[in-house]
Amino acid sequence: MMLSMEGVHAHYGHIHALRGIDVEVQVGEIVTLIGANGAGKSTLMMSLFGSPKATAGRIVFDGEDITRVPTHEIARRGIALVPEGRHIFPRMTVIENLQLGTVHADAANYEADIARMFAMFPILEERQAQRAGTLSGGEQQMLAIGRALMSRPKLLLLDEPSLGLAPIYIRRIFQIVKELNRNHGMTILLVEQNANQALRVADRGYVLQHGEITLAGTGAELLASPEVRAAYLEGGHA
Amino acid sequence: MAYALQQLINGLTLGSMYGLIAIGYTMVYGIIGMINFAHGDIFMVSAFIAVTAFTILAAADVTSIPLALTFVLIVSIFFTSAYGWAVERTAYRPLRGSSRLAPLISAIGMSIFLQNTVQLTQGARVKPIPPVLEGGVVLWDAPGFAVQIGWSQILIIVTTVILMSAFTWMITQTPFGRQQRACEQDRKMAALLGVNVDRTISYTFMLGAALAAVAGVMVTVYYGVVDFFIGFLAGIKAFTAAVLGGIGSLPGAMLGGLLIGLIESFWSAYLWAEYKDVATFGILCLVLILRPSGLLGRPEVEKV
Ligand SMILES: Nc1ncnc2c1ncn2[C@@H]1O[C@H](COP(=O)(O)OP(=O)(O)OP(=O)(O)O)[C@@H](O)[C@H]1O
Ligand SMILES: [Mg+2]
Repeated sequence: MMLSMEGVHAHYGHIHALRGIDVEVQVGEIVTLIGANGAGKSTLMMSLFGSPKATAGRIVFDGEDITRVPTHEIARRGIALVPEGRHIFPRMTVIENLQLGTVHADAANYEADIARMFAMFPILEERQAQRAGTLSGGEQQMLAIGRALMSRPKLLLLDEPSLGLAPIYIRRIFQIVKELNRNHGMTILLVEQNANQALRVADRGYVLQHGEITLAGTGAELLASPEVRAAYLEGGHA
Repeated sequence: MAYALQQLINGLTLGSMYGLIAIGYTMVYGIIGMINFAHGDIFMVSAFIAVTAFTILAAADVTSIPLALTFVLIVSIFFTSAYGWAVERTAYRPLRGSSRLAPLISAIGMSIFLQNTVQLTQGARVKPIPPVLEGGVVLWDAPGFAVQIGWSQILIIVTTVILMSAFTWMITQTPFGRQQRACEQDRKMAALLGVNVDRTISYTFMLGAALAAVAGVMVTVYYGVVDFFIGFLAGIKAFTAAVLGGIGSLPGAMLGGLLIGLIESFWSAYLWAEYKDVATFGILCLVLILRPSGLLGRPEVEKV
């Protein structure tokens, strides 16, 4: 088992954002989380990094309890996040952003990894000396994914990677997700507004509502589920 | 002409010292968004550490000037960085995440605390040291006025140029510098990537203090006297330099320091020496009113 969350609760002050989350991710799986705005999807991902800290429950990653591990230590354990809104470093160059993905990585891998990134995202190689803040939204998203991959994570968290992107970029992102999983065996936890596409690429999925998991199943099961269809698929997202 | 050249030399010397101190203001502002009002007093403490170190050397009959200067620099940098670390740890870190005003008040308290501690332990009178680097070279023996550059001035300017180059290299080229800038731009994201943000902030305070320590040693060598109040004026002038250059900008702090040094030196020479501090404060007001982002600073709004 790559990741398991057992009865995890989290709060923002008085807001009870996660209410007893049980989620499991197996090695080599793509697992997706779907839910409405404010359901707690981003909070769930951030809670893996201890920000916010789980107020109850347990998070086990790769056989170790990481519930109380400080945020900056989590990356070292092998989790990388592409956060909602990308959060690239705008006043640094593309190459510096990628290098910041390697805070913990073995320096010996650097040349090979950067070459791999440039092969996957040729645009980043072209723009390597450009300030990241001046990239287009889609390019910034590629950069955020590239930066996360530079640390050679065991588990990749993607929080709404297609948000605000043109259809061509959205297709490219889902293609990358599939490639990473099929060709590199990357384990992926994916949050998407685009529930239809997310469930199609995912092995399994969870539905999150008001901080609680209300439904779980394989991608195909959830796609066929009347509740999911009513709430997330028929209404513009599909 | 000769007189002006002399002012240029004096201004560069002063400006070097302001620049070194200004870097501490600007880096701390860059990373945690607060003005460390105790920074001037950290500089003052470093000057006293230098005086103590010089006194010890004199008692030990050390006569080699390079040896003495190296020793004093190392001692002062070491202890002053420790002060910088301790100030952040005790006065600012516990307040992280609270309102913006809280650490500011804490900084002023820390400034008063440092001044009073030094006043109580070292006395309120000025402390002299025996002259360390006397004499200099006459650059130009113009009729009626000889332009001279002192050995201590050469030392100050050369050391500053070397340090600032090394520092710029460290911030722009090394992994530590990259992580430091990452914390400046997006602290939360830096932590998610594995950067130890608390430690980076500590190092930033220590580096700022170390540069202030070099300035403290220079001031001690240059003027030969220190007192517990020098941190206040030097601090405000270096702060003005940082604001003039653009608070948060490293090259800005260097440029601002240089400009403030030159302005002060020319103002004293050609206008009213008694009002030289007024010149600096006037500039501070003008910059804040007309161009708060400074010469090299970036305006607050930007596309992300
Ligand atoms: N930093 C914060 N401080 C206070 N409340 C927060 C914070 N971040 C999120 N919340 C609240 O926690 C709840 C869950 O938010 P979260 O961002 O996890 O939702 P989400 O499912 O990711 O939504 P979206 O689809 O809009 O991204 C919301 O009610 C939100 O208002
Ligand atoms: Mg979200």
